[in-house]
Amino acid sequence: MSPLFPTTRRSVVLALASDDREERTRAFDTLVSLYWRPLYKYGRIASTHSPADCEDTTQSFFARLLENDALSGYDPAKGGFRTFLRVLYDRHSANEVKAAGRLKRGGGQRQLEFADAEAEIAAEAPQTSTPEEYFHREWVRSVFALAVDRLREETERAGKQTQFAIFEDYDLDHAGKLSYRDLAARFAIAETSVTNHLAAMRKQFREIVLDILREATASEQEFRSEARALLGVEP
Amino acid sequence: MTRLSNDMVAHLRDLTEAPDLGGTRYAIVREIARGGMGVIYEADDRELQRRVALKVLALEVSSPQAQARILEEARTIARLDHPGIVPVHDAGALPDGRAWYAMKLVQGVTLREYASRDHSMADLLRIFLRVCETAAFAHAHGFIHRDIKPDNVMIGSFGEVFVMDWGVARPAGMTGGAEIAGTHGYMSPEQERGEDVDASADVYALGVMLEAMTARPARPLRAIIAMARNPERSQRYKDAGALAADLVRFLDGERVGAYREGMIGALTRLISKHRALVGLVAAYLVMRAIILLWGRV
Ligand SMILES: Nc1ncnc2c1ncn2[C@@H]1O[C@H](COP(=O)(O)OP(=O)(O)OP(=O)(O)O)[C@@H](O)[C@H]1O
Repeated sequence: MSPLFPTTRRSVVLALASDDREERTRAFDTLVSLYWRPLYKYGRIASTHSPADCEDTTQSFFARLLENDALSGYDPAKGGFRTFLRVLYDRHSANEVKAAGRLKRGGGQRQLEFADAEAEIAAEAPQTSTPEEYFHREWVRSVFALAVDRLREETERAGKQTQFAIFEDYDLDHAGKLSYRDLAARFAIAETSVTNHLAAMRKQFREIVLDILREATASEQEFRSEARALLGVEP
Repeated sequence: MTRLSNDMVAHLRDLTEAPDLGGTRYAIVREIARGGMGVIYEADDRELQRRVALKVLALEVSSPQAQARILEEARTIARLDHPGIVPVHDAGALPDGRAWYAMKLVQGVTLREYASRDHSMADLLRIFLRVCETAAFAHAHGFIHRDIKPDNVMIGSFGEVFVMDWGVARPAGMTGGAEIAGTHGYMSPEQERGEDVDASADVYALGVMLEAMTARPARPLRAIIAMARNPERSQRYKDAGALAADLVRFLDGERVGAYREGMIGALTRLISKHRALVGLVAAYLVMRAIILLWGRV
C-alpha cells in the first residue's frame, strides 16, 4: 500500500522561517495563492475602503509578511492559521489607514488580478453572507484552484497532457455532465482508458489537495479540522 | 490562476471526498453521517441489488493506526453475530488506501432522536432491555463496547434495536493504550481516569442511559439505576447480563436484587403483581363477611 500522504512540503509557517531561500520563496508563493483573493474580497465587504485602498492593503500586507516575521507570532494552540491571518489582515488594514501617507506598493514580484477580483465581487453577491463566511468560501475556492494549477503543472512535467485534458473536460468544464463515452470519442481512445486516466488524475488531485492543506496548517489537529471545513457539505 | 465557478468547486469537493469505489460492486447513493472516524454512506450493492451502509475512513484521519482501527471494528462486528448488532457484509481498501466496510443499512433513527418524541415508559424500557441484552451478548463473548450512549443506538422502522459503533470496543482485559475512547457523561469514573475497564464500565453507561430515559422512576427502578451507575465498580452489576436480569425481574413484578424493600413495599408489589388473585380472595372474604353478618340477624 502506498503511503497515503506523501508529504513533500511542510507547513508554510515553518517554511517561511527556513534558511533555504528557495523553500521560503515557494512557501510565500503558496501563501499568496491561497489567501490574497479571500483577504482582498473579505476586506472589500468588511470595510468601506475603496478598491484601490484594499488593493494597497493587500499588497502591503503580503510585502510585510515577507519582510518581517509577523508569522512567528502565530501560536497554533490559540487557534487556526486561517483565522490568525485574517485577524492580522484586519489589524494591518487599520494601521494602513492611519499611515496612509507612506503607503508602499509591491507584494512581492507577483501580479495579482485585482480587477478580476472586483468583477467577481460584483457577480457573487457577497451581501448574502457575512464577511467571514465570504472569506471562508473564497478560501475553499482558492485551495481547489491552486490544486488544479498544480495538477496542470505536474502533468505537463510528466508529459501527461492528455490525462489532464480529460480531467479538465470531465471534472471542470462540464463538472460531471459528460459521459465516459463522450470523452472516449472526443479523445479517440477506448472507454476503459478514459476510466483509468480519470481515476489516476482524481487520485493525484486528491493528494495535491491534502498536500496544500498540510502546508496551510501547523498541526495534525488543525489539518483535520481544515479538511472538515474544506470537504464538509456545509462550510 | 484558474478561476473556478461555484459548480466546479462543489464538484471538486465531492470528488476529493467521495470514495473511489470503481472495481467494487458498490455505488454511493448519499452521505448519511460524518462521525469521528469515518463517513457513513448509503450505497447500492449492484450484485445483490440491495441498499447497504458503507463506512469509509475519513480522508483527514487516514493514518495507518486509523486504518487498522476501522478494520478491527469490522472484524469485531463480524464476530458478534447477534440480532442487536448489524451484520458486516464485506470489507476492503480503496485505491487511495482508505479502509472501508459494508454492513446492513438501518432505516431508522438514533435512540436520542427517538426518545425526544413522545413514547410510553414501557416502550422505552423494552428498547433499553434490548440494548442491555446486546451488550450482555458482547460481554459474554469477552467484548466491552466502551462507548454506549443514545447516539450509538438505532431504532429501525419495525422497532428493531441495534447497538452501533463498535469502533472502540475491546476484548476484555486488553489494554486500550493511550487512545481516547468513550463519551464524557457516560464514562465511568475509572474510564475517565484512563484505567483498564471491564464490562462494568458498560454497565455504568447503561445506568446513565436508563436514568435519562425514565422520568420519575419507581423506587425499585431507581435502585437498579443507582446500582448500575455506582461510582465504585465493585458495587455495580458485574455485566450487562446481570443488569438485564434485574430489570426483567422489575418488569415481571418480582423482587429486584438492587432494592431492599420493606414489608409494605413487598406487599404493594405482590398485590399489584397478583392483582387478579388478590381481587378474588378479597371478593371471597367480603362474601363470607356478608353471609356471617346475615346469619346473625
Ligand atoms: N448501518 C448503518 N445504517 C444506517 N445508519 C448508520 C449505520 N451505521 C452508522 N449510521 C449512522 O452514522 C452515524 C455515525 O456512525 P458511527 O457512530 O459508526 O461513526 P463514527 O465515526 O464511529 O462516529 P463517532 O465515533 O463519532 O460516534 C450513526 O450515528 C448513525 O446515525
